[in-house]
Amino acid sequence: MTPAWNVRTATVVLLLTALPLVPVYTRLAHDPFLLTLFTRIVIMALAAVSLNLILGYGGMMSFGHAAYLGIGGYAVGMLAHEGIYSGLVQWPLALAASALFALVIGALSLRTRGVYFIMITLAFAQMAYYVVAGIARYGGDDGLTIYKRSQFFSPLDLSNKIQFYYLCLVLLYGVTYLVWRLVNSRFGMVVRGARSNEIRMRALGFPTYRYKLVCFVIAGTLCGLAGALLANHNDFISPATMYWTRSGDLIVMVVLGGMASPLGPWFGALVLLVLEEALSSITEYWQIILGPLLLLIVLFARGGIDGLLRTIGGKRA
Amino acid sequence: MHKALVTMGAALLLTASPAAAQNKSVKIGFVSTFSGPTAVIGNNMRDSFELALDHLGRKMGGLPVEVIYEDDQQKPDVGKQKTDKLIESDHVDFIVGYIWSNVLLASIKPAVDSKTFLITANAGPHEIAGELCSPYIFSTSWQNDQTPQAMGLYMNQKGVKSVFLIGPNYAAGKDMLAGVASTFKGKIVGQELTTWPSQLDFSAELAKAKAANPDAIFVFYPGKAGVQFLSQYAQAGLKGKIPLYTAFTIDELSLPLQKDLALGVPGAQEWVNDLPNEANKRFVADFIKKYPGKKPSFYGAQSYDAAMLIASAVTAVKGDLSDKEAVRKALERADFKSVRGKFRFGNNHIPIQDFYLQDVVKDANGDYVLKTVTTIVKDSQDNFHDKCPMK
Amino acid sequence: MTLLVEQCLNGLQFGLLLFLLAAGLTLVFGIMDLVNLAHGSLYMLGAYFAATFAAWTGSFVLGALLALGATLLVGMAVEVVAMRRLYGRDHLDHVLGTFGLILFFDEAVRLLWGPEGLSLPLPPWLNTAVQILPGIYYSSYRLAIIVVTLAVAAFLYVLVMRTRIGMLIRAGASNREMVGALGVNIKLLYTLIFGLGAALAGLAGLMQAPILTVQIGMGENILILAFVITVIGGIGSIRGALVAALFVGFIDTLGRAFFPDLLRMALSTAAASTAAPALSSMLIYLLMAVVLVFKPEGLFSTGNK
Repeated sequence: MTPAWNVRTATVVLLLTALPLVPVYTRLAHDPFLLTLFTRIVIMALAAVSLNLILGYGGMMSFGHAAYLGIGGYAVGMLAHEGIYSGLVQWPLALAASALFALVIGALSLRTRGVYFIMITLAFAQMAYYVVAGIARYGGDDGLTIYKRSQFFSPLDLSNKIQFYYLCLVLLYGVTYLVWRLVNSRFGMVVRGARSNEIRMRALGFPTYRYKLVCFVIAGTLCGLAGALLANHNDFISPATMYWTRSGDLIVMVVLGGMASPLGPWFGALVLLVLEEALSSITEYWQIILGPLLLLIVLFARGGIDGLLRTIGGKRA
Repeated sequence: MHKALVTMGAALLLTASPAAAQNKSVKIGFVSTFSGPTAVIGNNMRDSFELALDHLGRKMGGLPVEVIYEDDQQKPDVGKQKTDKLIESDHVDFIVGYIWSNVLLASIKPAVDSKTFLITANAGPHEIAGELCSPYIFSTSWQNDQTPQAMGLYMNQKGVKSVFLIGPNYAAGKDMLAGVASTFKGKIVGQELTTWPSQLDFSAELAKAKAANPDAIFVFYPGKAGVQFLSQYAQAGLKGKIPLYTAFTIDELSLPLQKDLALGVPGAQEWVNDLPNEANKRFVADFIKKYPGKKPSFYGAQSYDAAMLIASAVTAVKGDLSDKEAVRKALERADFKSVRGKFRFGNNHIPIQDFYLQDVVKDANGDYVLKTVTTIVKDSQDNFHDKCPMK
Repeated sequence: MTLLVEQCLNGLQFGLLLFLLAAGLTLVFGIMDLVNLAHGSLYMLGAYFAATFAAWTGSFVLGALLALGATLLVGMAVEVVAMRRLYGRDHLDHVLGTFGLILFFDEAVRLLWGPEGLSLPLPPWLNTAVQILPGIYYSSYRLAIIVVTLAVAAFLYVLVMRTRIGMLIRAGASNREMVGALGVNIKLLYTLIFGLGAALAGLAGLMQAPILTVQIGMGENILILAFVITVIGGIGSIRGALVAALFVGFIDTLGRAFFPDLLRMALSTAAASTAAPALSSMLIYLLMAVVLVFKPEGLFSTGNK
């Protein structure tokens, strides 16, 4: 066993065991806000995992991924506003709406390449942003307060913060496993192959467009799930959730953590949100550090945190 | 080991944490806007709140006061997060502040759910006066509709027959325009709502107002948007042609930038710096003394009142904040000297109060100042108190 | 009728202003193949510099000129320090790196100028309305913006079509290697082009400053519009940028002006007022999506990508 394996594995094992223990700690330390913070981290990690599927593995540089957070969230919020609280209605609808949106914009966007793909996904996300900002019934720009969280069968109670945290965590573990299985399946091989050489994959007889579209829809659907969770977590949803800078934040999480690494998005979400919380209470000006740091990561540390963990032990990634 | 952890976890899931013991200090969270173009409002509120604490000797009911200020960046989602943090992490006893109705609406749920008293020192969306009123929400300002209602009455007195309404498209903007419409007897020839807070270019709206050719234009633009509006109103060639009536568009904070453009433009307000009562004289004089170069505003006056209101309640319950019911009753009595003179709450915890007409004049030093012209309406109560289930 | 003329002028003014921003973006994009999200930060810096220098010198025009020079310098410095290292990387790197620069600039401005933002008051002679047609008055400042931006557009046309630098720019936009092979100091050319783009963004920012307010993040909204224009017009095409900018300017202004009345026929006033600005903003993105679906390289593609 190489030492690199140890450092990285130790971190992963530590993370996997520490996350379930967070509620225990916050209970003992009487710090429920820490639980709120970690719930947010887990949900954003889930969103980042879904983005990693298309961005990291598929090479599809979507700049509109936050749209699904909003769509999933608004599915919950709008139904709650109309008096439908059952999660068994809200959540499938959130997933279906996200999947449908991903299918439509994916079908159109995947016809373009490179920077045009970036711009067209951004355009569609902005359209979604303006649609919800334009509906006065659901609060428009002001957003929508969700007075009751999604209701499931007892004893599952989402307004119990500890139960809600574990639900999010279980979903994160599940989705991460799903994505990992997916990218290592035959389907995943095709998508990854299309990333590095699309023409060759097509020459081999794979309809890459269809593979990529399916991948795009899966990622959108999973992010819609994160959106439904986020709306429940915040008890609030507003168009700001899907503004383009939020899509930027998601990309930052994926790249910071390490692209095309199963747990990279976890690291990214964790480090970014913890830094934000910790540094913003120490210095207001923490982004002056984060900004150039991002640039440096882009220039010199393409593997992100995960790559760094591999390197620490001496083994080059 | 493993089993022990699971048992411990399960136990934690089931047990509730014991209530906090007797307070050693009064903890107050203050949510307002401290960055961006409207930070000047948030800072004025903070200055006034700090002045009130000075006047109280930084103690309430014998307990030291600790205030934690949080910046909502004028965004509902951020305001909500900051409110959560104040309640869960800082365990505050009271939350004060809130300039913006949309930020307040996003933030009331965590306060009400956790039974933390929230005192809005500015925002007054109709929801909190009506169906969303709560034993834990109080206001030291007004309900949004009230001030423009007073303006509508004044326009009736002035014989205005037709008006064009312009305001920002968010919770408060909609309330404000609805407020004028409810009391104004003439014709409303047009109404425009603009994207808030990003849209500051009012050219399209002003052109439409001009084309409609009304007797008057009513406008509501708080903060720097009010400065932009007045200057674009002049640029569009409307100054001197179609008179302007305002609510919350000209105040001590915007006036240094509006200058001549604001001269003679009437506004309605529940507090003006020259109100002749002792509490107000002390507030205004000490504010100018403590913060040279700055001026007290209605935002500040409401924040000052909020501090005094909390102090009165903490004193009444002798520092025992664990009895929420007693604290609520003490707050409802509003047993303090308000800078606007008399002060009492309606059933929905919104003040019942007078509204004045204010005008901009140049004083002896050539400074632009606001002064009271007349009382437009006495003992005004908001229109939504009937919808509030609290009696 | 009067209303229509005025709204068209408003649309023209906004469109031309967007053109300034998009022109710099499309040059950098087309020639260096660099996606520069930090372009909006230069727009913001132009406004901050102008407000600061105008306050120092007491003159709006002098402040504006100084600000223009300052943004040019900052732009060139940014190119030398950061952008240069991003050429030839893939677009994801550009997006991330320049996203990082946005964060950096926003915080740097907060540090230097404080969180409250500034305001840039107009001199009295610009703060009035002038009669342009019998009975039609229009803001003299907006008229000034139209004149200045048209002059800049003409200057750019001459620069690109009639000068040696312009020839290199055109050559660079269609074939990058070729220019290098001609023995031109490509590094210096890139720095100059980036500086030019920055100055144009700065000019747009400082001209918007008296209408809007000078604040942190002011570039974020308009940056995306500028990108949309660049993409609709075809990356690298100044002419495309001009046409697309006017399109977007008119759609935005006329949409805001006339949509509410149209929608009010179907919806309540409040619902219509909320829906109208959103719809007109959405139309812009819809336009882009449609253009990209049918012409995947924009209206006036320069044909190198």
